[in-house]
Amino acid sequence: MVEYFIAFVVGGLICVVGQLLMDIFKLTPAHVTSSFVVAGAALDGFGLYDKLIQFAGAGATVPITSFGHSLLHGAMAEADEHGFIGIAMGIFQLTSAGISSAILFGFIVAVLFKPKG
Amino acid sequence: MKLTGKQTWTYTKPLYINATGTAVGPEEAAGPLGETYDITFGDLHCGQENWELAERHLMEQAIDACMKNAGKTPDEMDLFLSGDLINQTVIANYTARKNQIPYLGMFGACSTSMETLALASALVDGDFANTVLTAVSSHNATAERQFRYPTEYGGQKPDTATYTVTGAGASIISSNPSPYQIKMATIGRVLDLGITDPFDMGSAMAPAAADTIATHFEDTGRSPGDYDLIVTGDLSAVGSPILLELLREKNYDLSSNHQDCGLLVYRPDQPVFAGGSGCACSAVVTYGHLLKEMKEGKLKRIFVVATGALMNPMMVQQKETIPTIAHGVVIEAADGGGV
Amino acid sequence: MGKNEFSPEQQAYKEKIKPLQPTPPYFVNCLKAFLIGGLICAIGQGITNFYITFFNFTEKTAGNPTVATLILVASLLTGIGVYDKLGQFAGAGSIVPVTGFANAVTSAALEHKSEGLVLGVATNLFKLAGAVIVFGAVAAYIIGMIRYLFQMVL
Repeated sequence: MVEYFIAFVVGGLICVVGQLLMDIFKLTPAHVTSSFVVAGAALDGFGLYDKLIQFAGAGATVPITSFGHSLLHGAMAEADEHGFIGIAMGIFQLTSAGISSAILFGFIVAVLFKPKG
Repeated sequence: MKLTGKQTWTYTKPLYINATGTAVGPEEAAGPLGETYDITFGDLHCGQENWELAERHLMEQAIDACMKNAGKTPDEMDLFLSGDLINQTVIANYTARKNQIPYLGMFGACSTSMETLALASALVDGDFANTVLTAVSSHNATAERQFRYPTEYGGQKPDTATYTVTGAGASIISSNPSPYQIKMATIGRVLDLGITDPFDMGSAMAPAAADTIATHFEDTGRSPGDYDLIVTGDLSAVGSPILLELLREKNYDLSSNHQDCGLLVYRPDQPVFAGGSGCACSAVVTYGHLLKEMKEGKLKRIFVVATGALMNPMMVQQKETIPTIAHGVVIEAADGGGV
Repeated sequence: MGKNEFSPEQQAYKEKIKPLQPTPPYFVNCLKAFLIGGLICAIGQGITNFYITFFNFTEKTAGNPTVATLILVASLLTGIGVYDKLGQFAGAGSIVPVTGFANAVTSAALEHKSEGLVLGVATNLFKLAGAVIVFGAVAAYIIGMIRYLFQMVL
């Protein structure tokens, strides 16, 4: 049960940061999510995001910050093997499930449903 | 003298609103003025395939209702003045394609309702037309989609946001007597007080409304007490107090006879943020509720000031400020229709 | 009038209307974001544990099916017209989790259905969510380069 609680609190706090950016600094949702992805990649650059995932589990993998972390992780894994070229090869390696399922489900839902307004 | 003062037109012929027609969507039908509309739809799609067709259907239905109320047909109209909020005013264009009345497209954002009414009256007054049909429309989903986000997007709107009215209002203007006479119009100038937040139209548009109202008083020598009601288009709960404050600074006290169509059209407990907005907001409230009050003798002389924000999303993204405008029309009860 | 250069009149107007404008309910908004955002993450934890227990995923690899499942659910909620109402309530609480990414993709695709499958749905799919991928990829590229250079030097 503790892991659920930690995921809840850490995930919730990350969202609170987003809410403050929107309410106080008047950022649009697109600006908030873009900043969070960059922040996730930067934290991973210092090896910090993995520690957060170890601590918070889904509290760190579900927020969009983990997307930046996965992008960098994939890039670095390939870079270890293929050098500079590996960065280009690896960037989307770990995020493929997220992006491809978003495309697939988004497309299917758009075909099947009608906007409700 | 037709031009009175700087910006006010005084019509010399007796001009009348012969008939009106209104059509609205579900949220408006459930509002406090639900009984006053000619046609109501229980579904935001209005039985159509997509949002744009739904809005066009609303405008067509409002015009049909207007024709029916007047006992007229489209070929008896000399001119069609119409506008809406969608790119290149396509709702009005495509409606004009169908009704085949000589057409002038209008755009003044949400002020289009009074822009068409003022200009229609001027054209009849100047003998360029005997009978003019006007129509404006707006639709919550077409406006969301064009100016904000997709309708199903989960963005959070602040309390200062407004809710675009789904509806259309049409009217027929001629010199044939009716209970509602159009006396004057005050044409606004564009004001920009530096507001950049597209979710706060009330604050952006209040100065334009204040300017048009103050100019109207200066041009005509009238004061707020000369009107039973001065009603603004869509300043909402945010813009209305600002308007009163701005006019108080110019020594005009509107606190007892000002109302806002955006606040009249919905109940406070409806999910509409600060109130209603859109071309249809002032049109359906004026053509439905206000003219009915006038017919019942509760209102004798009103000044309807429709407000508009003249930006588009590209301008907002380029960090431009929001220019705004307001046009007002004076409507008087014509004592039972005879002159 | 240049961009962001306000005239004294405009400055004065902004100051004047401040007391007349409603302030956002900061605390309530943050609380709602915390609760819904936290709840989505806790559900994600449940899904992760489910994949680890029943499908032999490890803690490292369970992230992918978790994200895909959340995206499926969020897409469906968008289709039936629920996610936008959740978003109005939760604010960042439903934007920041990966479900918000799915909502951005699906809502844009759905809204443009009337313009056809190719020029409507497909072309607009990443209209809102594309920014996340662009900034993520560019940031990962640059940070990856820097890290790689450091590794070579050290």
